[in-house]
Amino acid sequence: MKTKGKGFGHPAVFGILCGLVVVFLTPIFFILLNSFKGKLYISDNPFSWPSGEMFVGLENYTEGIRKTGFFSAFGWSAFITVASVLVIILFTSMTAWYITRVKTKLTSALYYMFVFSMVVPFQMIMFTMSKLADMLHLNNPVGMVLLYLGFGAGLSVFMFCGFVKSIPLEIEEAAMIDGCSPLQTFFQVVMPILKPTAITVAILNAMWIWNDYLLPYLVIGVSTPYKTIPVAVQYLMGSYGAKDYGSLMALLVLAIIPIIVFYLFCQKYIIEGVVAGAVKG
Amino acid sequence: MGKSMKRYFAIFVLPTLIAFLIAFVIPFVMGIYLSFCDFTTVTNSEFVGLSNYIKAFTSKEFLNALWFTVKFAVVAIFTINVCGFLLALMLTQKIKGTNLFRTVFFMPNLIGGIVLGYIWQSMINGVLAEMGVTMLMDPKYGYWGLIILMNWQLIGYIMIIYIAGLQNVSTDVLEAAKIDGASRLQTLCKVTIPMVMPSITICLFLTIANSFKMFDQNLALTGGGPSNKTTMLALDIYNTFYERVGFEGVGQAKAVIFFIIVAGIAMTQLVLTRKKEVEN
Repeated sequence: MKTKGKGFGHPAVFGILCGLVVVFLTPIFFILLNSFKGKLYISDNPFSWPSGEMFVGLENYTEGIRKTGFFSAFGWSAFITVASVLVIILFTSMTAWYITRVKTKLTSALYYMFVFSMVVPFQMIMFTMSKLADMLHLNNPVGMVLLYLGFGAGLSVFMFCGFVKSIPLEIEEAAMIDGCSPLQTFFQVVMPILKPTAITVAILNAMWIWNDYLLPYLVIGVSTPYKTIPVAVQYLMGSYGAKDYGSLMALLVLAIIPIIVFYLFCQKYIIEGVVAGAVKG
Repeated sequence: MGKSMKRYFAIFVLPTLIAFLIAFVIPFVMGIYLSFCDFTTVTNSEFVGLSNYIKAFTSKEFLNALWFTVKFAVVAIFTINVCGFLLALMLTQKIKGTNLFRTVFFMPNLIGGIVLGYIWQSMINGVLAEMGVTMLMDPKYGYWGLIILMNWQLIGYIMIIYIAGLQNVSTDVLEAAKIDGASRLQTLCKVTIPMVMPSITICLFLTIANSFKMFDQNLALTGGGPSNKTTMLALDIYNTFYERVGFEGVGQAKAVIFFIIVAGIAMTQLVLTRKKEVEN
């Protein structure tokens, strides 16, 4: 069958794929469309174009931002995500290098504990962890960074260890013989080699932390000014009596925009990182 | 080099270790211990033996949640893997715009569970409103809603892993099959699928783990309604802890059971499917 019209591939397959693109994008268009409608019209005419009296301009956006303090939530989400990812990359790569290179009973026990922590679901420790975090006064954005380092350490250490094992020992030995201390060896020789794994680890952790709801909700809560975006969205829907679907639509659009922008810029790294993470994890 | 490095333990390992102790090891050990205790805060616990576990296993909500989760997981794992694999097959052919398709299909995976849940809640309620019902009227709407949501979120992710697997299948083998007169379907079943078995292992593992651990989407889409009929395991544990005073011990026992299920599935899955892998 040679029906390759103008090199688009098999026309039937191409057609199916185009149809699926429409299906996949429908929910996004749906919330975008409804975010410009008055709140009463969202439940009555959910699928019509926001025209005439239905169109309310940016009213939903201003309402949604005001009710949830969206920009502050965005700021805290960004702070917690960026700080946690940087801290995780720095400390877990150091730990992974040390426990791979120094073979003692303690380091191999640590390795197995990190691997073990990967199969433990968050619900197992959520109650005790949030109580402990309260007692240690970690119920603030800086404390969150420490908690993310601890709970994210398993996967990150495991992935770095896998890569460190493949680095030939001779490179590090040469650096040590030339007079580098372990710290210099790590930062000047090992760290640059670890860069591809560091990008993968950064992406996996960033996706998880940015979207995480339960940990910030339990540790920081909703009655503080430190709400993150998922907590703010749930706060809007979870606690108010009359549900304001107008604000919700606008807030959902606002919550998606940063993710899509980030995705379009770092698409290649994100897809590669996710594949590498899945294959190793 | 080991000896000169040993002194550097405090710099290299201690920061991670302290955070790991606070965020994981201590809460985990306390969690195991407290599952045998009666308590409301972690400091006033009283040892009660297995009574929390007995209460957990006789709790109707917990058994319902377990059954609902299993029903959900079976269908979700099947649909996500089949759709993901078919998409990967289509996208590894010579088709224009492969990158664009991949980008769009993968995109929902980056959106968080809470936001996803509310997007679909409004979509599904919009469709159901045409029929004059809402999602909270019948648990079957919530069930299929969760299935659709999960497919939308994970198909692209699973597809990407299958694409990586399919690209590793050498064209020599496929050509050899063609020369030997194998039909397309025969090539797919007898050559391609055995060759991508490692990817299938990973994808099954990922979808099962994700289905069992699902929380955010469940909370946002239905909140467990109507009357906890669409509550999954993770949400039921959360409700036991935070919605009912005096049931913290039972909640912790449920959490331990949940942990054993999740860890057990991960192990079995790996052991079972590793046997079928073909080295290439």
